[in-house]
Amino acid sequence: MRISSLFIGIFFGILLIKSEVASWFRIEQMFLFQEAHMYLIIGSAVAVGAASVALIKWLGLQTVDGEQPVLKVKPLQKGTIIGGVLFGLGWAITGACPGPIYAQIGSGQMLALVTLAGALVGAYLYALLKSHLPH
Amino acid sequence: MDWFLHPWPWYVAGPLIGLTVPALLLLSGKTFGISSSFRHVCSITFPGRSSIAYLRDNDWRKESWNLLFVVGILIGAFVAARFLSAEAIVLLPASMATPTGMIKLFLGGLLVGFGTRYADGCTSGHTITGLSNLQWSSLVATLSFFVGGLVSTAITHYQGL
Repeated sequence: MRISSLFIGIFFGILLIKSEVASWFRIEQMFLFQEAHMYLIIGSAVAVGAASVALIKWLGLQTVDGEQPVLKVKPLQKGTIIGGVLFGLGWAITGACPGPIYAQIGSGQMLALVTLAGALVGAYLYALLKSHLPH
Repeated sequence: MDWFLHPWPWYVAGPLIGLTVPALLLLSGKTFGISSSFRHVCSITFPGRSSIAYLRDNDWRKESWNLLFVVGILIGAFVAARFLSAEAIVLLPASMATPTGMIKLFLGGLLVGFGTRYADGCTSGHTITGLSNLQWSSLVATLSFFVGGLVSTAITHYQGL
């Protein structure tokens, strides 16, 4: 395990706060189409991410461990849609997707501990019910 | 440098968020994603972790970088709120600090945890990473996230819930 993960996490945590992506109010404005902020953030992040991934593949860049970087392709399943919609419902209610839950807690918003408790119980319920769910 | 202490504009923050994908890929050899951390915490602490396949078959030790990354987010958010912000950071409505608000947060969190595990990813793993990798499943996932968010916001906003 490389310590670089910690530093990239710190970098990302700072960005979640300074971009206000971790703000409940910004999420509501996004879903009400009242401001473009979130769409521009997500759009420019994906554009830079996609250009980076394309460049890494084109140049054949290796990881620090001298390995070929691998982005595992996730299969399209029923859960992608059903789970995706359920997550979207929760995202709008709590004003936080998983990264921002941690960012809210780190910033001192301790109410987000309740959101995290819910998320952990939700993941646990999924683990319990997985074999009974359509995939 | 005054702008630095205020919320950053999208054209600064968005591209920097996008750089998280190649940074993790090249410097850690890992794929950016956060919701799998919920699974790891369950695998480490929750009852029945040795009998429930989804938790037992999860090699969280191999994925412990993900928990280190989450610790980084906590530290980064603390630093941003404490040292890089001119004004106090308000991220949740005051109404959440009531019993009803806390029930909302818990049930909403439940949907976030259940939904992201069922969909095998969240805004980071699917929307940022998956779309960056031009994955069909991530486009469907992202559209599903927005359908859920729009429905939820429409109900609460227009019904006054």
